[in-house]
Amino acid sequence: MQQSNGYVIGFAVAMTVILGGILSFTAVSLNERQKEEVALDTKKQIMLSVLPEMSESPKSEIAKVYDSRIQVVGIDGQAIDAAVLEKLDISKEWKKLKKNQPAILPIYKFMSKDGSSVESYILPMYGYGLWNDIWGYFALESDMNTVKGVVFSHKGETPGLGARIGDKEVQDRYIGKKIFVNGELKPTFMVKGEGKTGLPDYEVDGLSGATLTAIGLNEMVDRYLNQYKPFLEKGASAVSMAQ
Amino acid sequence: MSTETVAAKKSEALFSKRRKAIVTDPLDDDNPVTVQVLGICSALAVTSKLEPTLVMSIAVTFVIIFSNLIVSLLRNAIPQRIRIIVQLGIVASLVIIVDQVLKAYLYDVSKVVGVYVGLIITNCIVMGRLEAFAMANKPYDSILDGLGSSFGYAWVILVVAFFRELFGSGTLFDIRVLPEAYVNNGLMTSPVGAFIIIGLIIWVQRARNGYVEEA
Repeated sequence: MQQSNGYVIGFAVAMTVILGGILSFTAVSLNERQKEEVALDTKKQIMLSVLPEMSESPKSEIAKVYDSRIQVVGIDGQAIDAAVLEKLDISKEWKKLKKNQPAILPIYKFMSKDGSSVESYILPMYGYGLWNDIWGYFALESDMNTVKGVVFSHKGETPGLGARIGDKEVQDRYIGKKIFVNGELKPTFMVKGEGKTGLPDYEVDGLSGATLTAIGLNEMVDRYLNQYKPFLEKGASAVSMAQ
Repeated sequence: MSTETVAAKKSEALFSKRRKAIVTDPLDDDNPVTVQVLGICSALAVTSKLEPTLVMSIAVTFVIIFSNLIVSLLRNAIPQRIRIIVQLGIVASLVIIVDQVLKAYLYDVSKVVGVYVGLIITNCIVMGRLEAFAMANKPYDSILDGLGSSFGYAWVILVVAFFRELFGSGTLFDIRVLPEAYVNNGLMTSPVGAFIIIGLIIWVQRARNGYVEEA
């Protein structure tokens, strides 16, 4: 049966309006809950860079540890305003950095249980892999030199290849590496090819088949460690003076 | 366009023989994955663990049943000339709803299956059932057809995921079942492993049913 053009257009318009309405209603009503989940997940990623053993714990528990043991400071060492912190979006700050605009660079300080000393400094990072955005949390020991742990995540790298930056086994390769060599910042790089052993302290075994993702990852680590350099150097000299 | 209009008698039993066949055919003889070889891409992609696979199965079931129902209800109103776009619009809306709900309530799973949930829109099984069945049959039959097709898809990907998780990670639903000494088979965690298992399932099934590809 052949309908008139008017009917076809009318049907299309009605369908668009109805479906659009349903979708906006769904999006708006679930928005709050999704934001909570994202916030919880961010806390989880931050915590896993220093407490990998918590990976199986429920998120609410991880969030509790986060709330009690994480303090956020800016690159000048001063606490960041709570209102600013709540709206802070690392991906937006990353875009500012790319345009060489001043950006907020938070440092998540992981405090010891009694809150008297810093156990670890966690640096958030953001960048671009092969297909889409990648991000991570780079945790340094209190000497601000040795890598305590890293967590990387991605939006759309190839499963089985680039997506392996999200695997714990790959992330563990960073543990114990150093970011300063003879007092010079030398960001830990992922090398090309896989299966190499006996690499120096500033190199990490690479991902076979994911060279481009690794390049994006290296760029991200390099950019952010250089951004954080003033903070790290100040901290490192303070540590060496204390010793 | 080929449609499978199944002539229905007037007052038919709720679970008549014909209706049972609508549900059971896609499970075995007319399986969407192993016989029609549709929806293979998602069958390869999401099946490395059982949990995301189960979520994917539920998502696909939801989308197929409801899109079948909606299209079947509207089948006489949908203009023939834009029917594909209308079907696509309905499927896409359902998929987005599923995706939003997953993000809100099963965030971890949605991080794993997120991309593929979006790809349900292009899953040939969904569009195929709409074109071949829902456009020409009554709502209740269409629901049954959706149920059959989605379960046909679900059991295959669940079996694939069972073997991939068991041999690839030594776990089932993330609970360790094989002894620690077992060395994980890396082939099984990569999509290649899924290819092999689907191939084996198709082989076993066709040998048993005596199905031969029409030349």
